[in-house]
Amino acid sequence: MTPVLDVKNLSTHFMTRRGVLKAVDDVSFTVGQREIVGLVGESGSGKSITGFSILGLVDPPGRVVSGQILFNGEDLLKMPPTAMRTIRGKRIAMIFQDPMMTLNPVLSVGTQMVETVLAHDKVSRAEARQRSRDALGLVGIPSPEERLDSYPHQFSGGMRQRVAIAIALLHRPDLIIADEPTTALDVTIQSQILFEIKRLAGEFGMALIWISHDLGVVAALADRIMVMYAGKIVEAGQVDGVLTEPRHPYTSGLLSAVPAAVPRGEPLRPIPGFAPSPLSRPSGCAFRDRCARATEICATEPMLEIAADREFRCFHPHLGRAA
Amino acid sequence: MTTALIEAVDVSRRFSRKLDYAEKIANLFGAGLEEKTVHAVDEVNLAVYPGEVVGLVGESGCGKSTLGRVMAGIMPTSGGEVRWQGKALTSLEGAEKRSMRLSAQMIFQDPMSTLNPRKKVIDLIGEAPKVHGIVKGREMRDYVASLAERVGLDATYLDRYPHQFSGGQRQRIGIARALAVKPKLLVCDESVAALDVSIQAQILNLFMDLKREFGLTYLFISHDLGVVKHICDRVVVMYLGRVVESATPDELFDNPKHPYTQALIRELPSVTDRRRVFTPIKGEIPSPLHPPPGCHFHPRCPMAFDRCRVERPALKQNSAGHVSACHLNDLPANEIKNVAAEPAI
Ligand SMILES: Nc1ncnc2c1ncn2[C@@H]1O[C@H](COP(=O)(O)OP(=O)(O)OP(=O)(O)O)[C@@H](O)[C@H]1O
Ligand SMILES: Nc1ncnc2c1ncn2[C@@H]1O[C@H](COP(=O)(O)OP(=O)(O)OP(=O)(O)O)[C@@H](O)[C@H]1O
Ligand code: SF4
Ligand code: SF4
Ligand SMILES: [Mg+2]
Ligand SMILES: [Mg+2]
Repeated sequence: MTPVLDVKNLSTHFMTRRGVLKAVDDVSFTVGQREIVGLVGESGSGKSITGFSILGLVDPPGRVVSGQILFNGEDLLKMPPTAMRTIRGKRIAMIFQDPMMTLNPVLSVGTQMVETVLAHDKVSRAEARQRSRDALGLVGIPSPEERLDSYPHQFSGGMRQRVAIAIALLHRPDLIIADEPTTALDVTIQSQILFEIKRLAGEFGMALIWISHDLGVVAALADRIMVMYAGKIVEAGQVDGVLTEPRHPYTSGLLSAVPAAVPRGEPLRPIPGFAPSPLSRPSGCAFRDRCARATEICATEPMLEIAADREFRCFHPHLGRAA
Repeated sequence: MTTALIEAVDVSRRFSRKLDYAEKIANLFGAGLEEKTVHAVDEVNLAVYPGEVVGLVGESGCGKSTLGRVMAGIMPTSGGEVRWQGKALTSLEGAEKRSMRLSAQMIFQDPMSTLNPRKKVIDLIGEAPKVHGIVKGREMRDYVASLAERVGLDATYLDRYPHQFSGGQRQRIGIARALAVKPKLLVCDESVAALDVSIQAQILNLFMDLKREFGLTYLFISHDLGVVKHICDRVVVMYLGRVVESATPDELFDNPKHPYTQALIRELPSVTDRRRVFTPIKGEIPSPLHPPPGCHFHPRCPMAFDRCRVERPALKQNSAGHVSACHLNDLPANEIKNVAAEPAI
């Protein structure tokens, strides 16, 4: 079966005054039909920019400088802008990290949703409104009919996030890129939305890229997980395997940093040091200044190791269960 | 007994949507449309003592951010009063008022909506401490750089604008900005939600250090119960505008009393326990536009009985430092089982 999405050697750079910022640096991955892929990683590692690149939303001074993005076999990077507009919203939808990127503050939520429906489908206004109301209900917005007339600022933070999710679901796209869509939601609503999304993914054959910092959510939702650090995917594989037996030291560092890893009230264990500035990353493995396992060879670029169901970039991976 | 640093006394906050022109005309013809009022916060009492970390959790839309804003003194109440070191905020004047304004800082949930897009980071963080004489103009850059370092922001970024940052970087700008004026109280609204767990750990350690070093006090709003459990001295649970339970984290997580709290804890996702099935709370999420009568949770509560549908449960003490608002508190333990056995209607 061809994957819905096949990203090959994608690089997206920002040409800043201080130099070239490699936000996404030679990233390759695939997303199969109905597959849910979790994308986690360091803040600033390029997760959102990867999503923007797929949708053709990178603005200057940023630019996709190389690679291919095959969507159902077609290269999105070669597609004319008009064709791209049809795909965006209709067949690939993005739920942005900041819901105010989706929502226009001066229009009521209902107007925005109805316009979104009408942009791609020839249906009556009444039908478009009906669909909008159903979508709001699906993500657990109470009194959806009345809420259609509300403006974004009249919603709580989590409700705005849910409206953004509802908008993405309006056209039942083939692929949804969800950028931390549930960070502001309490666990009961989060689990309701995860439940609905999983159901929809199965029923309508939607595939999902789920960007999140919450390893618990990714563990519960995703089939596969990819871990990004400094513009690169440093580890990828089945969720179970990666979270219980991480190979890459960055992944295992993340797992040790969660609050549950230390007794209550004790200092948490962040990964020592800081992420390198993307303008001056060390040569070779970008993690080496912070890595307890680093040796001289790490100053050269670690190649992608592919072993049964797991990929990673590291010269000295953890083997067996992580400590 | 020490005075609370900040205290909400019977605080309510309502938002009403006025009828628009067309609706007013419709009413002339007898449409009977009413103003819609959201009871975002409904008679809440909450005291936060110096050096305490109080967690505020609850369903999305239950009024946490609104209560946070009201307690930070940046949004007026519609009923009740907020007291700063024992004095009503509305009675503060002059220097006292200015000092409170500076001492209570809020870190907002949507960093983008509160950062002026036309200002560079150096000014976003450094302007207030300069204006208030906390640093001298020529020391400002060093001061901001040291704050940036503490929250893990690269000091070479200081001359950039907010849109050039990733989501988590923006959140850290908001944190540095609040810390820059040396507050006594920090209201943190989902302040670590957009950070990867390593940076999150770093910021939480920073918060705990500041508490130890300077006795900083926190109202910590978060949906992340793992984080709340770890750093808070006390956790307050809200449901639809009201406080329904409050206890120490150990008590709350081991021995939750309110059925909503019990559901929250049951749904907690974790890395080790991989659940593939989700069991969301049944029933429609109630609307703050039409809150259900009696106990707000009754339409979804598996334990609800007749009294719940008519009478609002008061907060009662379950044990020292543990209070909850549920009618089950008045029933002997053996009868609770009987109630639970009846199917909820
Ligand atoms: N418009 C821009 N100009 C310059 N640099 C940018 C711009 N937008 C993003 N960047 C940089 O690109 C890098 C990747 O950003 P991205 O938003 O993809 O991070 P992220 O992984 O989504 O992080 P987070 O988890 O914090 O949201 C960051 O270092 C960021 O500072
Ligand atoms: N400016 C406003 N105008 C009208 N209604 C508002 C306004 N601000 C908040 N509300 C309403 O008040 C209620 C509480 O909102 P609040 O933002 O306090 O919730 P919250 O608990 O912080 O939720 P979340 O976890 O989703 O951020 C919501 O129903 C919201 O729609
Ligand atoms: S390649 Fe070397 S520095 Fe990089 S993660 Fe592996 S051991 Fe550490
Ligand atoms: S008062 Fe009644 S409805 Fe409310 S939580 Fe308790 S048992 Fe449930
Ligand atoms: Mg991002
Ligand atoms: Mg909020």
